[in-house]
Amino acid sequence: MTTIVCPTPLTDIARVQLGHGSGGKLSAALVRERFLPHFDNPILAQLGDAAIVEVAGQQLAMSTDTFVVQPLEFPGGNIGSLAVHGTVNDLAMMGARPEWMSAAFVLEEGLPLDVLDRIVQAMAEAARAANVLLVTGDTKVVERGKADGVFINTTGLGKRWPDFAPGPTRAQPGDAVIVSGPIGRHGIAIMSAREGIAFDTELRSDSAALTPLVELLRSRVGDAVHTLRDPTRGGVASALNEIAAASRIGVELDEAVLPVPAPVAAACEMLGFDPLYVANEGVLVAFVAEHQAGAAVQALQRHALGRAATRIGRCVRDHAGLVVLKTGVGGHRVVDMLPGDQLPRIC
Amino acid sequence: MKYLSEYRDPAMARALVTEIRRSATRRWVLMEVCGGQTHTIVKQGLDELLGESIEMVHGPGCPVCVTPLEQIDKALALAARPDVIFTSFGDMLRVPGSDCDLLQIRARGGAVRIVYSPLDALELARKNPDKQVVFFAVGFETTAPANAMAVWRARELGVENFSVLVSHVTVPPAMTALLEAPDNRVQGFLAAGHVCTIMGWTEYEPIAAKYRVPIVVTGFEPLDILEGMLLAVRQLEAGRHEVENQYVRAVRRDGNQPAQDLVTRVFELVDRNWRGIGPIPRSGLGIREEFAEFDAERRFALDQIRTAEPTMCRAGDVLRGVLKPFDCPAFGALCTPEHPLGAPMVSSEGACAAYYNYGRFRAGSAV
Repeated sequence: MTTIVCPTPLTDIARVQLGHGSGGKLSAALVRERFLPHFDNPILAQLGDAAIVEVAGQQLAMSTDTFVVQPLEFPGGNIGSLAVHGTVNDLAMMGARPEWMSAAFVLEEGLPLDVLDRIVQAMAEAARAANVLLVTGDTKVVERGKADGVFINTTGLGKRWPDFAPGPTRAQPGDAVIVSGPIGRHGIAIMSAREGIAFDTELRSDSAALTPLVELLRSRVGDAVHTLRDPTRGGVASALNEIAAASRIGVELDEAVLPVPAPVAAACEMLGFDPLYVANEGVLVAFVAEHQAGAAVQALQRHALGRAATRIGRCVRDHAGLVVLKTGVGGHRVVDMLPGDQLPRIC
Repeated sequence: MKYLSEYRDPAMARALVTEIRRSATRRWVLMEVCGGQTHTIVKQGLDELLGESIEMVHGPGCPVCVTPLEQIDKALALAARPDVIFTSFGDMLRVPGSDCDLLQIRARGGAVRIVYSPLDALELARKNPDKQVVFFAVGFETTAPANAMAVWRARELGVENFSVLVSHVTVPPAMTALLEAPDNRVQGFLAAGHVCTIMGWTEYEPIAAKYRVPIVVTGFEPLDILEGMLLAVRQLEAGRHEVENQYVRAVRRDGNQPAQDLVTRVFELVDRNWRGIGPIPRSGLGIREEFAEFDAERRFALDQIRTAEPTMCRAGDVLRGVLKPFDCPAFGALCTPEHPLGAPMVSSEGACAAYYNYGRFRAGSAV
């Protein structure tokens, strides 16, 4: 028996771990400690879903995202449609209309071409539906085993409305916190497809372009919308924590009104997960001035994607940076960022 | 959700809290044995609702937490071997060993996989005949039948490249050890409902009688726990010390006999070291000689690995209920979920994790 070689002291994690990609505290630390010091500039420092740059008096939003999902095809979409929605939504969260997009593909030797065709087709359909043009791209092929089927990077560019500027630092005490639909569907759909966990009713990913919802909010309640965020990896909990920290406000949630679909709740019970940390790809969280909160919910409900829009909490002056949940039975608890991924429990 | 939402009803919860407060003429000290119950209490804020009427101390029923550091180090040694695929439930992956954890072993190239059942690990062994597949069999009586089944099936199917690293423990000896301790304050127990679905409750009857403590077999939902507390308080107030079953929808007096039989065929009672509590005679399960070929400790000669428990982590005091996580000097400063000193800070059933993740608001968010 060879003695174990484990030179890495726990306090000095010297290798990338999967948790660095979870959207939790490890991800945040990776960006803060390893990237930001090298690329420091005022535009990057905003750390919104998209960067805001100005060209000849027009504000542009620019965002990039890489997609590495397994399985490549899942109920409700595939990696291609997801790659369009993810980037389109990041632009939309900064109040921009997505216009142009690039796509770069890393293809693994041996990927069946009919799978690639389906992915590209779904991508094209998603782009058409979101009114965004794919204007440049790139392909690379790597040896079998050096990638996992296909990885896709997309970068999007969009124009911002002049009178509509939601941003991560603009949430205020008193704002209502609204979600546009049922939470946790993407993460659980992917997990059940990957792990072969079956449910009575098939759960589909919610992957969708959120631009129509943002357009409804903009046209009906306008600048009362202070902050928008699409709670992807890390889920609603991580998104709220990020906004609470960036805007220096506290957030109070009410567990009794969280829209958790029954199959998501069942899967989470079984695995020991909290639906607040499960990924969404077609849901937005909006921080809206109290006097327009009802109008904002009504605006969202006009669209199929926002039919189940509901208010889940509010912003407060107390406990800045902290998200606190009123539990179903009337107690309180902190809803923190997780260090890494949620791990299934023993029993 | 059917069978869950009715056990989380806020009006019923308030009624039970009122009844507990009305019934208790003094502040009683109760211990919930299982870490799953601890998490319900803190996550749902039951301790906040109860106020001063009851003091809940958190028991040793967190399988990840009571697994000795030495077993973790053995797991890490196995997982680091190039010929091994190491499989485990997810909880175990962030538990710190002497130098690192399983996630870090994976980042270094070790094959570490999360499985949802030991039978999935067995399947992995059949699909990878050129690798040794080891499953980390931790847990109380609840997980023992499935682990026994995996070993049983491995022999039946002749899967030679499958083995289990066993760190099974049983509840009653731990309760006895706690009650024997001179600093014990516990006056009544909420026994772990899921353990009792397998084992029933007859083995708790002599404990209740000898130490004159009420023991209430209790479920895991908020109303289960509040009702368990109420039954215990009523016994204490009446001077009774019986075993009572709150979790009637899941637990029978004799438990699950076929599951017990399977466990007895594959495992035998052995002495076990409990993290923070120390050695307890006949408190664990080990693989019988008949199934020795599936015992990872014997297959890989791991007995050279000897690890002493660290002194800075006071997990033992937390697991024995004599130290509240908030009162630990390392809590939230030297010890956080990102940089844990011990398993209770990272396990999904660990008391320190419950206090850190959910409870900080009530502590005045001082950490």
